[in-house]
Amino acid sequence: MTEYIATIGLEIHAHVRTLSKMFDGCSTDYAGAPPNTRVSVVSLGLPGALPVLNARAVELAALCGLALGCRINERSIFARKSYPYPDLPKGFQITQYDEPLCSDGAIEIRTAAGEVRRIGIERLHIEEDTGRLIHSPDGSSLIDYNRSGMPLMEIVTRPDIRTPEEARLTFEKIRQILVWIGANSGNLEEGALRCDANVSVRRADSDRFGAKVEIKNINSFRFVERALAYEIERQIRILEAGGVVEQETRGWREDLGRTEGQRSKEYAHDYRYFPEPDIPPLVLSPDWIAARKAELPELPDARRMRLMETYGLSWQDADLLTQERPIADYYEAAVAAVQRPDGAKEVANWVLNEGFRLLKDRGEPPTALIERMPVQRLAALIDLVQRGTITRAVAKQLFEEVFNTGADPEILVAERGLTQISDDDALLAAVRAALADEKAAKAIAEYRKGKTTAIQFLVGMVMRATKGQANAQRVRELLEAELQ
Amino acid sequence: MTELHHLTVTAAHAALAAGDLTAVALTEACLARINATEPLIRAFLHLTPETALDAARAADERRRQGRSLGPLDGIPIAIKDVICTNGIPTTAGSRILAGFRPPYNATVIERLLAAGAVLIGKLNCDEFAMGSSTENSAYQITTNPWDRTRVPGGSSGGSAAAVAAGQVPATLGTDTGGSIRQPAALCGISGLKPTYGRVSRYGLIAYGSSLDQIGPMAWTVADLALLMNVIAGHDPRDGTSAPIAPPDYTTALTGDIRGLRIGIPREYFVEGMEPGVEAATRTAIEVLRELGATLVEVSLPHTRYALPTYYIIAPAEASANLARFDGVRYGFRAEGETMWEQIEQTRGQGFGPEVRRRIMLGTYALSAGYYDAYYRRAQQVRTLIKRDFEHVFAEVDVLATPTSPTVAFPIGQKINDPLAMYLSDVCTLPINLAGVPALVVPCGFSEGLPVGLQLIGRPFDEATLLRVGDAYQRATEWHTYRPDLPA
Repeated sequence: MTEYIATIGLEIHAHVRTLSKMFDGCSTDYAGAPPNTRVSVVSLGLPGALPVLNARAVELAALCGLALGCRINERSIFARKSYPYPDLPKGFQITQYDEPLCSDGAIEIRTAAGEVRRIGIERLHIEEDTGRLIHSPDGSSLIDYNRSGMPLMEIVTRPDIRTPEEARLTFEKIRQILVWIGANSGNLEEGALRCDANVSVRRADSDRFGAKVEIKNINSFRFVERALAYEIERQIRILEAGGVVEQETRGWREDLGRTEGQRSKEYAHDYRYFPEPDIPPLVLSPDWIAARKAELPELPDARRMRLMETYGLSWQDADLLTQERPIADYYEAAVAAVQRPDGAKEVANWVLNEGFRLLKDRGEPPTALIERMPVQRLAALIDLVQRGTITRAVAKQLFEEVFNTGADPEILVAERGLTQISDDDALLAAVRAALADEKAAKAIAEYRKGKTTAIQFLVGMVMRATKGQANAQRVRELLEAELQ
Repeated sequence: MTELHHLTVTAAHAALAAGDLTAVALTEACLARINATEPLIRAFLHLTPETALDAARAADERRRQGRSLGPLDGIPIAIKDVICTNGIPTTAGSRILAGFRPPYNATVIERLLAAGAVLIGKLNCDEFAMGSSTENSAYQITTNPWDRTRVPGGSSGGSAAAVAAGQVPATLGTDTGGSIRQPAALCGISGLKPTYGRVSRYGLIAYGSSLDQIGPMAWTVADLALLMNVIAGHDPRDGTSAPIAPPDYTTALTGDIRGLRIGIPREYFVEGMEPGVEAATRTAIEVLRELGATLVEVSLPHTRYALPTYYIIAPAEASANLARFDGVRYGFRAEGETMWEQIEQTRGQGFGPEVRRRIMLGTYALSAGYYDAYYRRAQQVRTLIKRDFEHVFAEVDVLATPTSPTVAFPIGQKINDPLAMYLSDVCTLPINLAGVPALVVPCGFSEGLPVGLQLIGRPFDEATLLRVGDAYQRATEWHTYRPDLPA
């Protein structure tokens, strides 16, 4: 069977997190607001209105460009992109065309197979968002301009992506970086981040690229992967049948699990780009650019590397801890608070195993851990374990309780007498009681026949009998001595 | 004392300050004059007599309390209808904006109101300021007060005619290719197109965004200076507004132009210019020499490319600027079966022929495959035109030229010949392409109709222009002539 190679590029639209819109002081705080209440003369594009560039939006977008490895262009220009649609109140969108704010960056992704891939970023430019058309069941259309004029960045990758998985990882990585530097909320459901994908397929033995198909409306990580997988399959099927893939725009229909051709007429626009006369060329001084570079925080990849080197964490653990900046900060604060040689790994284990598990059960985001398990509580809990005051088993119970109620673990230990039992007399009594139990007979027999692992069952019995408070190591030693 | 409706701003202010006149009496006189002359002139699209009288009363009250806001406090002023006025109909002379009341004031309106000016109404103009005769208004034909069978010029024809007819002592116009200066010349009044970026465009309904400027129109240069003192200056709501503090234009009017170097660009004495216009212009330039200026013949070699360049750039910008008028949110809306049909019908019926022509021209010039040949090329030529001015202004302080090759032409004469109409602006278009300021002052008559002298200055040097124009008016009387109206 013929082999095919897919070539994929992404276009990601992301809101820039500012208080006011791209071109005037109109509020961006429209989530949940009644329609057309976050509008202004400028965002409604009323006659006579003029756009004035939001300096903060430029700063944040430039910071994103730097974080994506791009160069900030000292000169960039705005352009009018004309197309008639009622959600675009001026009849044109102010965007950037042949001279964008940022150019030529790259990010790295790591596939599940462990392959590290470099994905080029062609450009990052800034523009304004449109309003939203709401189609009523009665056939009429309503327009909400609250979103109109929202500051938007468009990030265009190079066609370096080869698989749907890589496309998803690229989208995830870009989201991670934008959220990390505080430029975007990362909220895909609210449309703060949207993704279009271009994909073409060619035979592995051919240099000629196939026709490019643009897939719009793929606004979740899962959909990106599914839509591309579907589309690549579709294109291969056409080629296998001797057909020709048509260059077109298709929409992802999640409900149907397939892409669908969109009426080409609607997208066959000549956008008639020309420089926006109302906004002078944006000229950024070397000092200004240096100031943005100075503002740039340590980025997730560098942070992950440092966590691995400084704390001896595995790639996977360090990666999980650097998915979001507050989590990485939380982790390092907790390590510092624990102040023990083995603290770094202890904290990582508690956060990743207990913390993330509980959050997942409750459907909460990882950052919720910061509130639920404040650094001081986590440090205190780890300290109790490491001092030998409580057993690991008790600590796990306490972790969940602190997580749920916010209680102080030291007070819980004191109030409930959960202190670890290391006293040999008490432990020996518990060990003997367990061995006398008929449920222990089988394990005792196996152990005596040489199956040393059978002792684990007996340790478990003792631990249950002591409500987890027994020093498990000492119990094992006592059991071994008794069974000699 | 002169009849009230013939007062200049400067004279009216003096009378108000001396207590010889009240703002209410002045406003009533203007309203009476409008009442009497409007049937002949038809300069106004909308009048606001009640709010004007309220504002006049407030001005008089301030003056009584010694809290006068300055020279414009209590002075009636009318506004070209392309400038947004909060709650007051603003149509841009177009059917497509019928019934539109902006929910905000343009920056110039805010500034005039803060200075105590009495806004008396909105003035007719060519639709979206596209035209040179005001005949492209969707609403009415404005006549030239000097000869009511003739056009007042355009596109700020209402603004020029209202001053010339004594309806109001000063107005605001806008100038994209000569729309303040040509009607000022044709109506025998003074008008200034400031440097691009000198006066905020916020609230001006855009035609050619890189060319549009708002400017004052009045009988005298001294009056223009008073208006400029209020409307000029940086506006953070206009990204193209220059952060350059304007000087006090009134104190710039020293009357002394000795030693000033005035360039006479040979390309501006175009073929087809009426002999009377040329004679009046040359005589005026001679007066400047007599006042102590040095005359220097100069050349602006790219002048002849200005007209084609303008008619690519301005329509291109207009085609995008006017895309918003679809009847969905405000203004006129035609019926249609579908959304798209409704939009097409709205635009088809709402825009007049000249506006449709320019939208098509501009759309074509920006289309894929044509952009480089037209729009990009035009921008390159524009740069050459700009450089022409930079070069001559290294040698001279001011340029003196004719304003319009002809005096006011008969109504209907050019309306069906767009090219002939466009040629009316051949001496004024290059100035907008270069972004420099230009002043027009009345400088005589040809065949009984006014002629205007155009003075062109360095960027942001309106002060020198006004000084020259004022010196000229101190030496001549052309600005004191008034048309004979039956009223």
